[in-house]
Amino acid sequence: MKKLNLTKTSRNNFLTYGFVILFYIVLQSIAAGGHMSSMLKGQLVPICAYVVMAISLNLTVGVLGELSLGHAGFMSVGAFMGTTTAIALKSVVASPTLRLICALIVGAIFAGIVGFLVGIPVLRLNGDYLAIVTLAFGEIIKSIFNNLYLGLDSHGFHMSLLDNKLHMEPEGKLIIGGPMGIGGIQKIANFTVGFGLIMVCLIVIFNLVNSRAGRAIMAIRDNRIAAESVGIPITKYKMMAFVTSAAMAGAAGALFALNFSTFVANKFDFNTSILVLVFVVLGGLGNMLGSIVAAAALTILPEALRQFASYRMLVYAIVLILVMLIRNNPTIRSFFDRFRLSKKGGAEE
Amino acid sequence: MSEQKKQRPVTRMVPVQSKAIVPERDADKSPILECHHLGIDFGGLTAVNDFNLMVGRTEIAGLIGPNGAGKTTIFNLLTKVYQPTRGSILLDGADTSKMTTEQVNRAGIARTFQNIRLFNNLSVEDNVKLGLHNHIGYGMWGGVFRLPKYWKEEAHAHDSAMELLKIFDMEHLANAQAGSLPYGAQRRLEIVRALATNPSLLLLDEPAAGMNPSETAELMDNIVRIRDLFQIAVMLIEHDMNLVMGICEGICVLNFGQVIAKGSPDEIKSNPVVIEAYLGKKDKKKKKKEANDG
Repeated sequence: MKKLNLTKTSRNNFLTYGFVILFYIVLQSIAAGGHMSSMLKGQLVPICAYVVMAISLNLTVGVLGELSLGHAGFMSVGAFMGTTTAIALKSVVASPTLRLICALIVGAIFAGIVGFLVGIPVLRLNGDYLAIVTLAFGEIIKSIFNNLYLGLDSHGFHMSLLDNKLHMEPEGKLIIGGPMGIGGIQKIANFTVGFGLIMVCLIVIFNLVNSRAGRAIMAIRDNRIAAESVGIPITKYKMMAFVTSAAMAGAAGALFALNFSTFVANKFDFNTSILVLVFVVLGGLGNMLGSIVAAAALTILPEALRQFASYRMLVYAIVLILVMLIRNNPTIRSFFDRFRLSKKGGAEE
Repeated sequence: MSEQKKQRPVTRMVPVQSKAIVPERDADKSPILECHHLGIDFGGLTAVNDFNLMVGRTEIAGLIGPNGAGKTTIFNLLTKVYQPTRGSILLDGADTSKMTTEQVNRAGIARTFQNIRLFNNLSVEDNVKLGLHNHIGYGMWGGVFRLPKYWKEEAHAHDSAMELLKIFDMEHLANAQAGSLPYGAQRRLEIVRALATNPSLLLLDEPAAGMNPSETAELMDNIVRIRDLFQIAVMLIEHDMNLVMGICEGICVLNFGQVIAKGSPDEIKSNPVVIEAYLGKKDKKKKKKEANDG
């Protein structure tokens, strides 16, 4: 049993856990000492949310090997459902942290269900259909939430696609206001819960990947025909990875939304999906630590570049190109590889 | 059920006298595989037509024929990569017409591929464990929460995988990446992975392709040894006549999707129809040559 714990993958996993924990401790101590700029302080929760988005998309793109271009759609579902939960539970659950956790769970569940519904027709097919369907899905979700009105009164929830058709009691509260999004949110998201969410997602992903189900998922990525021939039900395992990934994106969306006093559906558009995909590609497919670093760095970068004012996005693009070039430069790679745990294991034997 | 799983590799490895190869030994038992009037059309092209075959419980059967004769198509029909247009396949007496590839594997057919299909980015051990996939008894949550069952089943899977790798002396390669293995080892790993699914019929698609004579000789020993250890039927496609004539007990010759001959190696060797399919008609060639000369 002890030997199992010492394998290369477990060592890499613990390195990732250690890195995230260390980062959390350092940032918390800086914040406690009062040395943190308000810019960075405001970015802590979005960083957590984007890190979770990146590792969850990495599960779909890197581990399962399917391209999803609508990951922000799941984030949107999680954000709206999670925030609604947080508002609805305001009088029931007193502790804001507990309410936040409830919101994350509800966001994850709803996003997971939506992921399942999207997956039913698409994951049976082979090829790039998932990319096309998720691309459309992201836009559909955006349109739905832009036209959805949801109110709460003593009779429960009222839902309509027209604001004058809610039939609420006069004291009822409008939660989702169509194109106005959700307003008047109590900002209950905090860095510690965000850190907790990252750790939970990492544990789930690593444990999943290093189990029977994870092996099957990676087998489908490597060779679908061979996976079928050894008796692996393809659709089931594709669905498992995709729904897990969608649920995590939902939790990330709820965390992200509860950090702002107001947000609209347009926040979670195609650009957000592509941004998360950039984190994943930049960090390396299947490399969770890479995704985490890329998500954190690229979330801070636009804020840190504010001093360049109108050249901000230009510098951002140049940094992206430089990082890609450096990552693929053989000389620099071999230099860094010396510090990394060798990936091939006992291949030279 | 778990009791059965636990003993799986041990119970199946019953040594049997390999010298006493008698095709009649399976005569009193029902055949493991029966094909009746099997056929498939691709559009207007009939790739296989009226294919009838029976394979005994512990027989090593050979499927030979010139390139494009439809040999791999038959393997694809047996494993349900293609659905047959006509006819039926009975595996151990059960009709497989409603089954998918993955269900056929669970019912007992495992295969290797002509162009090697391994899970290249995974380790050798993981490749074998994927073969054991349906014999590992914990689900997604057992893995995510690392329940006691996970540790027990994974440790057991590790032992089974190592035992299977031992057949080909590959246990020292367990942690290597499958894609980084030399060609011969990749072929062997594919056979180990197929065996891990606990088949009753093993399909080998050109197992000796690209091997030198000494490797082929070793492979021949190994195929016979596998049959003896696991008491399974083996059906193989091969162009190497030394291998086919050396270990196959029954041979079926295909040409243009039709069975042209069936029988023991000696019968096949002297069958004029087979010789014609492989080498062409004697008279025709001579006539052509004469015509050219003249």
